Amino acid sequence: MNRSPSRNLHRSLLCAAAVLIAAPFAQADESTMPVAIHGEMVYPVSGPPISGGLVLVRDGKITYVGPTEDMVYTMDHRVIRAKVVTPGLIDARATVGLSGLLNQPHDQDMLEKSAPLQPELRAIDAYNPRDPLVAYVRSYGITTVHTGHAPGMLVSGQTMVVKTLGGTADGDTLKPAAMTAVSLGSAGTTDQAGKSPGTRAKAMAMLRAELLKAQEYARKLALPDETKRPARDLRQETMLRALDGTQPLLITAHRQQDIMSALRLAAEFNLSIVLDGCSDAPLVLDEIKAAGFPVVLHPTMARSFGDMENLSMETATRLRTAGISFAIQSGYESYVPKTRVVLFEAGVAAGKGLGFESALAAVTLNAARIIGVDDRIGSLEVGKDADLALYDGDPFEYTTRCVAVFINGREFPGEHHTP
Amino acid sequence: MFPRITLGLLLAAGAALHAQESPVAFTGAKIIPITGEPVENGLLLVRHGKIIAVGDARAVRLAADVQIVDVTGKVIMPGLVDSHSHVGGVQGADGSNPIQPDARALDSLDARDPRLQKARAGGITAVNVMPGSGHLISGQTLYLKLRAARVVDDLLIKLPDGSPAGGLKMANGTNPMRPTPNFPGTRAKSAALVRDQFIKAQEYRAKRDRAQGDPDKLPARDLGLEQLVEVLEGKRVVQHHTHRQDDILTVLRLAREFGFKVVLHHVSDAWQVADEIAAADAACSIIIVDSPGGKLEIRDISFANGAVLEKAGVTVGFHTDDGVTDSRHFLRSAGLGVRAGMSRAGALKALTLANAEMLGLADRIGSLEEGKDADFIILSGDPLSVYTKVEQTWVEGQKVFDFADPQDRLYALGGPGAGDAQRLQLCCYGNAWDLIIAANQGGAQ
Repeated sequence: MNRSPSRNLHRSLLCAAAVLIAAPFAQADESTMPVAIHGEMVYPVSGPPISGGLVLVRDGKITYVGPTEDMVYTMDHRVIRAKVVTPGLIDARATVGLSGLLNQPHDQDMLEKSAPLQPELRAIDAYNPRDPLVAYVRSYGITTVHTGHAPGMLVSGQTMVVKTLGGTADGDTLKPAAMTAVSLGSAGTTDQAGKSPGTRAKAMAMLRAELLKAQEYARKLALPDETKRPARDLRQETMLRALDGTQPLLITAHRQQDIMSALRLAAEFNLSIVLDGCSDAPLVLDEIKAAGFPVVLHPTMARSFGDMENLSMETATRLRTAGISFAIQSGYESYVPKTRVVLFEAGVAAGKGLGFESALAAVTLNAARIIGVDDRIGSLEVGKDADLALYDGDPFEYTTRCVAVFINGREFPGEHHTP
Repeated sequence: MFPRITLGLLLAAGAALHAQESPVAFTGAKIIPITGEPVENGLLLVRHGKIIAVGDARAVRLAADVQIVDVTGKVIMPGLVDSHSHVGGVQGADGSNPIQPDARALDSLDARDPRLQKARAGGITAVNVMPGSGHLISGQTLYLKLRAARVVDDLLIKLPDGSPAGGLKMANGTNPMRPTPNFPGTRAKSAALVRDQFIKAQEYRAKRDRAQGDPDKLPARDLGLEQLVEVLEGKRVVQHHTHRQDDILTVLRLAREFGFKVVLHHVSDAWQVADEIAAADAACSIIIVDSPGGKLEIRDISFANGAVLEKAGVTVGFHTDDGVTDSRHFLRSAGLGVRAGMSRAGALKALTLANAEMLGLADRIGSLEEGKDADFIILSGDPLSVYTKVEQTWVEGQKVFDFADPQDRLYALGGPGAGDAQRLQLCCYGNAWDLIIAANQGGAQ
């Protein structure tokens, strides 16, 4: 086997953080170098784990995944070694970049409260790739987030899928408009006197009316007489994409009656939806399974109160057993911590019965499938984006550290703990 | 290390098992006593709610009528001590005034709060429950044993004089500063108000001492000042919420001026002033939260706080601040502490003995030692592993949580019926949780 130059051999991951402090400049040339990443264990997720595995990266893409002994690579590769290599983690529902670290008015863009239905709001117009929380979650191996408007209004806005590169919203984005966020239950209603929706039933009536309007908009758009077609309407255009399936509704529903309302809505309008939160999922597993919609499950360690009072740390296990497609999310936090870290949430799920490989899939390939980007990310496969997370042990163990992160083949530091 | 025991002498005639009339031996587990090295294949011998012996199972022959519980393959460590929590829905001061040392957590605790059982499920056997941090002085805290309980009295730890053990909750920084009447608007005003109050307490004490018990000369009883006098006399420890490095130093400055004993809580910036904390000999009760921010004062919080304080020689313990973090994840704090550089032994001590020291209870709890209370937990494996579960929790020789019990399992993992029966009360403004709930559910900010 061709070994790389000796200067690379001592590039132990234990000193990766130190090396990488100067990364943006010093690495300018390295970022274009091909990389050979050796893992004592490599988890491609799309296939069985590889003991003594190797991942080769060139031009931002994965060019080889397999046993080290089956591949010879050239001298120009930069060599990295780690105990565990996984695909970059994907947070299937977050608000990072919209809900900033400081929790001051200037960095809180996750919710517009001027009207209950504002599907026209786009996450990409609010996402701050340089909020410290973006780099923070990246340092734990999260390379892609499905982020956007938070639960809290009936239709709070559109979500986006973005890599945690910390560059620009446009440059980092995989999907500028992924889903449209809908909140049912307490999060979708208001207790302000005289304001709607004040009840669950009213919220559903408003939502149904909105979809009917979009159907009517679609009908008029298809009129043969161009002069009779309606003017562009951003709101209707968005809801139309929910109707034609190109931009599904992401429906936050925790109580079982709210989950059932979401399914009823989907059936009425022939929607494909994604269920979000789903604290009460164990109570309506058969119904969710029959409907065939995926679930982006609440954080395992979320606080159990209000609509989430029934949540269980075992729900992920129940979903897996039921054969329901699911991913795990970090969700939205309004206070402390300002964001959860989906690595930690998946870890606790793993520990509470889900097991390592299913938990890993819930924050990689399954998440990628649910948010519709599995052609690019979510597993270690030749041709996919070179997004990887490197750990010094089982990624879910409390005592393990993320030692380095790759996005599009570019290296970022793993977690560091002051000082 | 392990005393030879003549167990026959210890056996009660009739051998009723309840409360260990006869001794119970837990054998075969790895025992982590905290005060010494872990023992593989250990033995923990318990009777009448106390630990009779701890050591190597192979070093002792048990008498025939000792009840033996084979826990081979398990891990036993002391019950966890949480030095800062809000389980039981405790309350203290109201919104009328920033200084209310007369308010007692004792008069507010709901012993049936499901979160108490969730704390037991997390392996917690003793806890300091505190009023919130929205006041300079928000009231008297309570140190509890998480025995099976019907009413608050079942949970109390009694001092020799019969009074319930507890501290005094104080806070500085932004939480007690608010734009309502009587409350401070700045840090300097906060400190001045507290200093004024302690000077009053000094005068109250002087008057009391001068009276020499003469009822005509004794000052009229003042419930608040009485508590501050206890603090001045070192009988009651100040449990002080503080985050920013300058606020931490203000606490130390006031503690020095008035000579009170203080435990620093949260101490988000501790890593910046660890040497000053060490020099003041103040213990730190810290929290691990999954990300920084959420409020300005914890912008710079670090997982490394435990490691830095440990290296500086400071007594450091973890707390849950339940519901900021969930009691069921308390072991996790130690794991994340080690992740950021703390020693394993130091991290485990920070869940147990260090916190017991902060509550002045280290002679009774916090380690597995002969003569201490039989408060311990049985784990399925390494306490720092995410894959480990708390299987049983024992307080004073009584099992108070058993994962094998379906109802306990429900509390441990959640699900319909495990929900919180009551409003969460804690933190900054009394109704902070209402705001948080509203924000999470309805989008208020």
